[in-house]
Amino acid sequence: MLKFLAKGLVRDRSRSFFPILIIAAGVMLTVIFYSWLNGYINMLIEDNARFDTGHVKIVTRAYNELIDQKPYDLAMMNVGHRIETLSRDYPQIQWQPRIYFGGILDVPDENKETLKQGKVAGLGVNLLNSNFERDILNLEQAIKQGKMPSKLGEILISRDIAEKLGIQINDEVTMFGSTMYGSITMQNFIVSGIVVFGVQILDKGAVIIDISDVRKFLDMEDSASEILGFIPKYNEAATYQISAEFNEQNSDPTEEFSEIMIPLKDQGQMAFMINVIDQRMGMFIFIFIFVMSLVLWNSGLMNGIRRYGEIGVRLAIGESKGHIYRSLILESIIIGITATIIGTGIGLIFAFMLQHYGINISSFMKDAEVIMNSTMRAQITPSCYVIGFIPGVFASIIGACFAGIGIYRRNTAQLFKELET
Amino acid sequence: MRILQTIMLFLFCNSVFAKYPDGNMILKQIDENMYAKSMISTSQMLIHSRRGSRTMTLKSWTEGNTKSFSEYLAPPKDAGTKMLKLDDKLWIYNPAADRTIQISGHMLRQSMMGSDISYEDMMEENEISKIYSAETVNEVVYKERNCWVLELTANTDATAYHTRKVLIDKEKMLPLKEERYGKSGKLLKTTEILEVMKVGNRWYPKRMIFKDVLKQGEGTEFVIDEIQLDVEIHESRFSKAALRK
Repeated sequence: MLKFLAKGLVRDRSRSFFPILIIAAGVMLTVIFYSWLNGYINMLIEDNARFDTGHVKIVTRAYNELIDQKPYDLAMMNVGHRIETLSRDYPQIQWQPRIYFGGILDVPDENKETLKQGKVAGLGVNLLNSNFERDILNLEQAIKQGKMPSKLGEILISRDIAEKLGIQINDEVTMFGSTMYGSITMQNFIVSGIVVFGVQILDKGAVIIDISDVRKFLDMEDSASEILGFIPKYNEAATYQISAEFNEQNSDPTEEFSEIMIPLKDQGQMAFMINVIDQRMGMFIFIFIFVMSLVLWNSGLMNGIRRYGEIGVRLAIGESKGHIYRSLILESIIIGITATIIGTGIGLIFAFMLQHYGINISSFMKDAEVIMNSTMRAQITPSCYVIGFIPGVFASIIGACFAGIGIYRRNTAQLFKELET
Repeated sequence: MRILQTIMLFLFCNSVFAKYPDGNMILKQIDENMYAKSMISTSQMLIHSRRGSRTMTLKSWTEGNTKSFSEYLAPPKDAGTKMLKLDDKLWIYNPAADRTIQISGHMLRQSMMGSDISYEDMMEENEISKIYSAETVNEVVYKERNCWVLELTANTDATAYHTRKVLIDKEKMLPLKEERYGKSGKLLKTTEILEVMKVGNRWYPKRMIFKDVLKQGEGTEFVIDEIQLDVEIHESRFSKAALRK
């Protein structure tokens, strides 16, 4: 039966060409859009994890209340001991202390007075004692001029701030800010490198300093504003499980400086953004199924008129209406599968190009306040190979189901009369 | 009939408001009491934050409205930090970095040494009558002292607080309690004089508390240990060179 129907579709191309074209185009767009959103979500998660959220994050409860302001005066103390415990309890996770702080970067003149100054967002990470942060922040690739800090007293600054303040490699600059306890603090640094992350919010004014220097600068001995945990491969369920376990053992809601672990998805707007993207994807597929069904229904009706005689003869020689209806649906399944394979193939080619080359969206992100790479890329995952079957096959079947209803309206008694004309 | 009613209402209102003295005159009297041509003081700042309390000692030299110089004497971590205010400019010197940095723009709104006092507060004109217009709106008894209630409105947009509500001790001409509001009408800061002292023929606050309402913590206590008014201060004190000495 299948073979018979397939032969009919190949030999009578007017039955299959238009529906295949429509479905393949729809499936192609679905695959491109799906892989694009995949890439976007993945980029959003990984960029945020690397620069801000980790896969899980530990902070004090007081800090968490004002987390958007990064209030390092409410930071954790005895961090060394805490990291030792965490590494023992969760050896699969890499734990990294970080200090986020704001300050003024001041460029002195020959009298050691202010020549130029600008607001910066400082990040204190372990640069000198381990390669983990260098790798996760992609620092080696981000350095566009100069080199990584090799000793205390050296810093990396973003290209925008270097250009704005006219800073060159090996220039001496002063960081000015407030200590954890509020006192005025200043510390001189040598600029060892200029970095570009491709993330607008960081490129606007980031300063990266070894955490030991930041601790000295902000009077935060053995303290850190946040401890970030990185799982080898992000797994949402695992982050929730680990956080729940940790909080049950260590977090006391009545003690403002007790620690709390927060999974990535519960930080900032992450849950909202990921959910919105998922909803958009569902909506997109639904719209495609709906529109394509309408088009294919219409195409089925046209086919019904063209195949009026054929269906009449089949009914006249005794084929039941139900059998003809089922054969039309079977035909639509064959068309749907064929078109989906073609559409998925073409869609994957475009998705691969988007994955490889990406699209630079930096011009849309000049004032962006979210951590997001300025090159958007698609990401091909195993689900991209099958996602097209949902709109492709469904639309084809739904179209055929509606168009085929006409068969039941044919009056058998009139058939020979109709065929004579 | 309606005209008569209006006239009566006008006379009534006039008589009600006339029972309080002119607010601007009261401001001038406050300035006459508190404003000295020059001043040298040693004081302590007790900062009560969420992490605990700490005390800082500083010595200040002030001349007129435009010149002031402060040096932090304790704790050891902060000793040697100096601040110089000349007109609307502020410089800070840090001995550890051996650097002088000018503070400007939004940085002036930041807290000074983690206290509830901002650099902007420190930069403010000493003679309050020059920057605010006042209206006396009531009289109350506050902590057994008879006080005028004044509502102050800033004459320019350059001031840190657009309006203030102040309780003035009628006898000592000191602002015993104050609420400072932003342009939106939001309460930003409160101050209260907890103890007063007599310096020559003037009354001065001995101990007062500042509270930044937008900050958690119990506020910053400011205690004047020593004060000399109308003393000669050498011009070199108010120079950038003095910061690095």
